Amino acid sequence: MSVLTETAETRSARRQLVRQPLWKKVMKRPEVGALGGVILVFAFFYVMAPPFRQLPALSIVLYQAATLGIPAVAVALLMIGGEFDLSAGVAVTSSSLAASMFATEIAGNIWIGIVFALVFSLAIGALNGYLLVRTKLHSFLVTLSTFLMLQGLNIAITKLVTGNVATQDIAGMDGFDLAHRIFASQFKIAGVSISIAIVYWLLFAVIATWVLLRTRMGNWIFAVGGQGDSARAVGIPVKRVKIGLFMVVGFSCWFTGMHMLFAYDTVQSGAGIGNELLYIASAVVGGCLLTGGYGSAAGSALGAFIFGMTTEGVIYADWDPDWFMFFVGAMLLLATVFNGWLRVRAVSRSK
Amino acid sequence: MSHSGNPIIQLTNVGKSYGNISALRDVSLTVRQGEVTCILGDNGAGKSTLISIIAGLITHDQGTYAVDGKPMTFNSPRQALDLGISAVYQTLALVPLLSVWRNFYLGSEIRVGSGLFRRLDVKTMQETAAEELRRMGINIVDLEQPVGTLSGGQRQVVAIARAVHFGARVLILDEPTAALGVAQSGLVLRYIATAARQHGIGVIFITHNPHHAYMVGDHFMVLSRGEVELDTPRAALTLEDLMYHMAGGAGLDALQHELHRGETQAA
Repeated sequence: MSVLTETAETRSARRQLVRQPLWKKVMKRPEVGALGGVILVFAFFYVMAPPFRQLPALSIVLYQAATLGIPAVAVALLMIGGEFDLSAGVAVTSSSLAASMFATEIAGNIWIGIVFALVFSLAIGALNGYLLVRTKLHSFLVTLSTFLMLQGLNIAITKLVTGNVATQDIAGMDGFDLAHRIFASQFKIAGVSISIAIVYWLLFAVIATWVLLRTRMGNWIFAVGGQGDSARAVGIPVKRVKIGLFMVVGFSCWFTGMHMLFAYDTVQSGAGIGNELLYIASAVVGGCLLTGGYGSAAGSALGAFIFGMTTEGVIYADWDPDWFMFFVGAMLLLATVFNGWLRVRAVSRSK
Repeated sequence: MSHSGNPIIQLTNVGKSYGNISALRDVSLTVRQGEVTCILGDNGAGKSTLISIIAGLITHDQGTYAVDGKPMTFNSPRQALDLGISAVYQTLALVPLLSVWRNFYLGSEIRVGSGLFRRLDVKTMQETAAEELRRMGINIVDLEQPVGTLSGGQRQVVAIARAVHFGARVLILDEPTAALGVAQSGLVLRYIATAARQHGIGVIFITHNPHHAYMVGDHFMVLSRGEVELDTPRAALTLEDLMYHMAGGAGLDALQHELHRGETQAA
């Protein structure tokens, strides 16, 4: 083949092994924007609200962040896989209600209620996923439907069973003490009371980050969300990955639901509405793309931390709590613009 | 320039019909080790049907399709892949936001450890991917960079390198140079030649561009309306011949005649 000329193919063949400076690597991570946000928001309330500077305040902020952050970690995984879940907010309440009512009305032991709620939550996740891959509708529509259905069911069934909009107090039931210790206990470090939910939240964020970056499943989640057709072409079971991700969200809703149940002993059937958007906002602030294929579980934890600081910061600064939503919106806008700018820089070829 | 390797794929009088519309008739084709077989043709000429049959996406209903001398009927691309017949499509190849090495091993990840701690062997995968790409003369600065930041030609080559690394004996390349600039096409063409001549892979190169085909091809087939219009080895063909057949052959003569007559009438 004389037509082929051998030019310019090995100009710098060994440059692959060049190590990049650490700060450049960090700047390319999806969560770097959220990290900046954490520092800014913390500094802001540190200056504006003197009570915010105390350690107990930090514990409360972290607790707020944890109740958002546990589902947000799962929602981030789902969004990286290219889908939404609008039903996650009310699904938390559904899970608490299922556990509480099944235990009080049928089983008599709270642990049977807890297991029932786990099966129930996983089934909702599986149903969301199955409907999605079966109907090929956008997940926004599928989960909006389950969101509305669950919202109705929560209140309707609670009223039917208890004759009230809240469930009976479960404190003192068989198995309550152990379950309370597992899901909603407090412990003290340096005199500051800390909720165990914070520990679970950080643990889940670490596990999810490890799965995303260091396991085959993580690779598949990125691929499924990034370009489903390519993923299918190399033999990745795209449908199973998506259904699995919805079930992970189901699990996180169950876990949060159990914490809520044992923290308050009773469940308000109308609770949880609107939280699904905070989970999504946490994931997006943490660097997830709405279109999938990009994002970070650790970032969602930072996003939840920002919203936790804002909720409590507004109170400590003695402002009207109604300002919270304004801050959430403003922060979401800022974060998405900033993340978009960072991402363009990160994926551009100039170094 | 004769690379008369062993035949890997042999199609004899293969055809495919959808209802009473026949998409492909009487196509006979032999793909040999180390040879580049170019398939050219207009839109709707049957190129896609032909490669879909070879890749196992659809099943032929006439003639025989033999791999290593054994007649085969594939029900899924996976079966073809297991025999080393691998198709690289222009858009279906890679995940743009995923890094180069993750794309390279996507779906065939190397793992270490066991049980819950089973994890990716990142180091081995990065080093092997770098080594493999370097061997093919592709210069990628940073394997962590997303594939979407590579040029079109580099992306195409990474996808081909991946197929070669995972044991392809026959590579089906569907319009790999379409939508690429001159330099980028050069990169891909050079790589096609490397894959065939150095690695002994049988390449089926589908293209619209006779110039590209003529640069790397050992054997040429032009399809027209589901039938073979031209089937010839390189030795018996000039670029002008190929362009003539590609442009429509006898049909083009008639068109030229008709248009010319229109001109004189108007004058």
